[in-house]
Amino acid sequence: MSSRRSRISEEEIAELLSKLQSLLPEARRRGTSRASAAKLLKETCSYLKSLHREVDDLSDRLSEMMATMDMDSAQAEIIRSLFRP
Amino acid sequence: MESKSYTTGSRDNANRNLEGSKTLMASHFLRALFRIQQTSTTRSSFAGRRRRIRRAAYASMAYSAGTRRAWSRALLRKLRSRARLRFPRRLSRAARPQRGDTDQAQVLRKLVPGGPGMDYCKLLEETADYIRCLTTQVRLMQTVMDSISS
Repeated sequence: MSSRRSRISEEEIAELLSKLQSLLPEARRRGTSRASAAKLLKETCSYLKSLHREVDDLSDRLSEMMATMDMDSAQAEIIRSLFRP
Repeated sequence: MESKSYTTGSRDNANRNLEGSKTLMASHFLRALFRIQQTSTTRSSFAGRRRRIRRAAYASMAYSAGTRRAWSRALLRKLRSRARLRFPRRLSRAARPQRGDTDQAQVLRKLVPGGPGMDYCKLLEETADYIRCLTTQVRLMQTVMDSISS
């Protein structure tokens, strides 16, 4: 009985892992087959760190740009580009 | 070069929730940016402005997901307590490792807001949602940058 229950949650975990794998960018997906959950978690951690770094980096660059330009005039352009189809 | 619009690209049902919250994310982040610009003086430091922008990024992520997610609730708590946002987190209390945790799972817990309180299954689920939200925020910031510099 308990082995049946653990098999179900193993499937659940396999599904969650595969969903995580689909979120990784192409380049990081290599070698993260279903058999190597450890590799997949490692890539996920690495990807998360790089995303955090990107937020930091973009904050840097936005801060620089905001110092030298007038955002009011750029407002319309920004909003337009966000919702361009 | 035409940059892809940041609101398109929803591929599956899991993204449906994200679509509506993308607008929320964008409006929150933009309002914060304009406010930072207006309250920034020539004397305020680059580092201070950068810190506020970074904080606004995580705030707009957290507000767009609201209280629906454990990671966003944890992030909202951190923002409201004005604690420093640091990833990976230095866990001040000795966080008891969960049952069946691998080393990588422990590393992952430090990277996802609210990680220490989650069991393995929940951690995987929350990580997926957090990644989706992060990539949306990054794309938003890139779009803003591209349109400012054009």
